[in-house]
Amino acid sequence: MGEFLLVTIQVDMHDRLATVLSDDLANRISATRARGVLIDISALDVVDSFIARMFGDIAQIARVMDAETVLVGMQPSVAITLVEMGVAMTGVRTALNVEKGMTLLRARREEERADDDAPAE
Amino acid sequence: MAVMKTRIAEVLERNEAEILSDWMKEQATALTQRPDLMKESELRQQSTKFLKLFREAIAGNNLDIQQPIWGPVREFIGEVSRSRAIQGFSPSETATFVLSLKQPLFTRLRKIHEGQPDYLFEDLWNVTVLLDKLGLYSVEVFQKTREDVIGRQQKEMFELSTPVVELWQGILGLPIIGTLDSKRSQQVMETLLNRLAETQSEVAVIDITGVPVMDTSTAQHLLKTVTATRLMGADCIISGIRPQIAQTIVHLGVNLGDVTTKASMAGALAVAFKRMGLAVGPARRQSGETA
Repeated sequence: MGEFLLVTIQVDMHDRLATVLSDDLANRISATRARGVLIDISALDVVDSFIARMFGDIAQIARVMDAETVLVGMQPSVAITLVEMGVAMTGVRTALNVEKGMTLLRARREEERADDDAPAE
Repeated sequence: MAVMKTRIAEVLERNEAEILSDWMKEQATALTQRPDLMKESELRQQSTKFLKLFREAIAGNNLDIQQPIWGPVREFIGEVSRSRAIQGFSPSETATFVLSLKQPLFTRLRKIHEGQPDYLFEDLWNVTVLLDKLGLYSVEVFQKTREDVIGRQQKEMFELSTPVVELWQGILGLPIIGTLDSKRSQQVMETLLNRLAETQSEVAVIDITGVPVMDTSTAQHLLKTVTATRLMGADCIISGIRPQIAQTIVHLGVNLGDVTTKASMAGALAVAFKRMGLAVGPARRQSGETA
């Protein structure tokens, strides 16, 4: 999707899958020179602490590679569970749905471009 | 002892009709009969049944009403007290049902034991003890029934206590009124998050103007709610923090951190509008109109 990658998770995440996803994504970011990653987890009913940490790691990996990560569509029950477990995922941006996540990423890009265009002092 | 107990049973059996009619009169004059709540025929039916059960139980020669032989009597009194509690009788009116049996019964006993004060005293004492215990038991059941009613009402209020309203398209408001305990906070969080998912709203305003006190756990719960809304990709504003609560929060050392707090719902709404790129301004007057 333009300069953004969209990852939709449809199956139950298990630990191995999360690691594979992290690897894949890093490769894809470098291959496509994506500037943003949207991870749609609206179909996920269960997220354990490991998966949550994995998302945090993915976001950091992407950031190192100059891409912004947005986690979209988290279910209420998942949000409650994560909060109760004490996982705040402060490093990850979130949005209600893919559309809003996309808007967020675009806004970030606009800002960056505006910064780039600003005359150097 | 054994002789005495069966003696009371005998008295009851022989004079059942008279005792019943006296008892009915007694109940009518004791001002505890409530013709508005219960028909006389129903009361008569209850009285008859109680006399029968009482007689059967007392023949068992046991003064402890917790014993199994008193089971039917206890059950029946429980039933009567429960129905009266629900019908709206007062506790004393309920207890009088049993206690008013004393007078007619004592009158009979006095007649039978004329000239035998020892027997009379013994029988009277036993009957008093028994009827008092049963009266207390009826009050206990009454109380318990009322408590159940209160509990049910509390539950109903609890379910009504977390309304989530849509203030604007994409902005949810959640006014909280009353004390926030952990159970209610949990409910607040759940309803808010579910509504966020349903309406895909971007901003939620939690208004705590109606919350009288706040402690650490309440504050913790609010923080959790804010974090959870962020995880879902929405934003949460807390409004209506009263002076006392602000002081408590600071004194308790609770770190509200980067939570947006506003003094009033209006302030929070303004922030929400700004975040969504909306603006409220005065309506432009039609050009032809004169003021």
